[in-house]
Amino acid sequence: MPLTVKAALTIEITGGVEGALPIAVVPFDTSRLSSKLPVDLAEIVASDLNRSGVLKSMSRSKLPANPHYSNQVQYARWRKVGQDYLVVGRVLEKSPGLYSIEFQLLDVLKQKQLLGRSMPARKRNLRSRAHQISDYIYEQITGTRGAFNTRIAFVRAQKDAARKYVLQVADTDGFNAQNVLESDEPIMSPSWSPDGKSLAYVSFENERPEIYIQHLATARRSKVAGFKGLNSAPSWSPNGKFLALVLSKDGSPDIYTLNTATKRLKRLTTHRAIDTEPVWASDGKTIIFTSDRAGSPQLYRVNVDGGKPKRVTFEGRYNTAASLSPDGKYIAMVHGEQGQYKIAQYERGTGNLTVLTDSTLDESPSFSPNGKMVLYASTRGNRGYLYAVSIDGRAKHRLSDQAGDIREPVWGPFESK
Amino acid sequence: MKLRNRMKPWMIAGLVAIFVSACATTQEEMIDGAPIDDQTGMADDGSISGGADATGISDDMAGDGTSIADGAPIDAIAMLEQTEGALASRTIYFEFDSAKLSSESIQILETHGSFIAGNGVVTVRLEGHADERGSREYNIALGDRRAQSVRRVLLFQGASTDQLDTVSYGEEQPAMSGHTEEAWSKNRRVELIYTVN
Repeated sequence: MPLTVKAALTIEITGGVEGALPIAVVPFDTSRLSSKLPVDLAEIVASDLNRSGVLKSMSRSKLPANPHYSNQVQYARWRKVGQDYLVVGRVLEKSPGLYSIEFQLLDVLKQKQLLGRSMPARKRNLRSRAHQISDYIYEQITGTRGAFNTRIAFVRAQKDAARKYVLQVADTDGFNAQNVLESDEPIMSPSWSPDGKSLAYVSFENERPEIYIQHLATARRSKVAGFKGLNSAPSWSPNGKFLALVLSKDGSPDIYTLNTATKRLKRLTTHRAIDTEPVWASDGKTIIFTSDRAGSPQLYRVNVDGGKPKRVTFEGRYNTAASLSPDGKYIAMVHGEQGQYKIAQYERGTGNLTVLTDSTLDESPSFSPNGKMVLYASTRGNRGYLYAVSIDGRAKHRLSDQAGDIREPVWGPFESK
Repeated sequence: MKLRNRMKPWMIAGLVAIFVSACATTQEEMIDGAPIDDQTGMADDGSISGGADATGISDDMAGDGTSIADGAPIDAIAMLEQTEGALASRTIYFEFDSAKLSSESIQILETHGSFIAGNGVVTVRLEGHADERGSREYNIALGDRRAQSVRRVLLFQGASTDQLDTVSYGEEQPAMSGHTEEAWSKNRRVELIYTVN
């Protein structure tokens, strides 16, 4: 593996939600294994479900019993402690190092099984399997696909480290962080390829911003834009064939598309104002971007075939850094008002703007692939932290760490089923 | 504005020529599609065995540094080593979300521009920066525009495009840390970094 495993981020829930559905996740039975598992599967699942804001997992110390199979469950006891759902499970060892994880999701009120699965696992993918279990449970209960078993990318800056800037990928709970690129010079603007196998990013390693594409598994990379002036804000098209990017080689920063196979470059905007932060609509036909052509930065959209950009946002004097929800109905963005920069959600159909966060230096919003959470960076004191907020703004959690100033998170795509 | 008053028709013609040649260079670069450079620059430990290893201008040199090669002409060096006067001012500051130069800044830059024009041995790297507020990508674009604003004045004064290089760091390299207006005003800047060749 070319990626190195680094210390994990830790999770801190900063806002709870009234009306979240109560669920108890009982520790899985591991008593028949030849050696102890390196991770606590039930703990990972309980923590995942908690972060969603939709479910609220019962504290382990309060569990009234410790069943591992549905036929060991006395439903009355769980009803009495107010639980709607119950998860039980066990881990079996097929051969040394090869496990089978079995779990059941039970409806406490109806006293029946809603879901039961068994899945093979090895030591190295136990965490991923636990997130998969969270995805199954979340989808069964809410009807929405879970996004726990996906990855996030972000940039970490560390003042006194050997390499000051590190581009990392991690699980959505912040664990399992791996280095993608280390550099003495700034790294910016990571963007996931739609297949989740590569990242595009901006690196200053040659003392100027240049855009690279890097395949994560092999660490093979190529420079795709190193023009005079600005090379910034890469964004992968939904079909993976193009990058939208920002170049200033022809004067002011403008939006271009680059065919990554033919290397053909196409200029989409020509205004002498700043045009930047392109993101693609999921149909690949339009691009939303930031422009200060009307005096203050606002969001615009332009057809990828060209044409005149149309203004999207009108409320407030500062709306930038769009991230589109997967269904295209919402835009998460940085919304500046009276010198404070918060994450807001703009509903395209109605024009409603909802401010989701309550800090003053928030940036880089990124939708989860199921559209239910927005990941973002927030500066507190002299450090940047990662947060995720539910799209109704009610549940928020922080992914924190001992080291470094963390910024520019981007939520990766679903793994193909 | 002073700049306008000093413009003469022949100067405009000259400028057009400069811009046309600048554009021509850019076009060639684009057609060549130069920037494709496939490399496997990563070792197993995740470190880079390529450009990121190269020693660059370190943070403390990013200020008003002047790097001087051996045997460089004495006059230019002596002028750059003066601690007073417009040439010693090598940081230009900006208002929030603006790339507009104040008239004071323009005066300072006119002195730099004439000096650069008269000293073919100097090259200048114009590093644009922004304060931390708002989005990073917007801020790197803002830094780029600030550097371009400075570049335009230097070109007006006769500096050649070959002598000027612009780069934007956006909000990535603040001159002063902190979340106060004082820090922000110090961070919205363009630094002129001279090299005497």
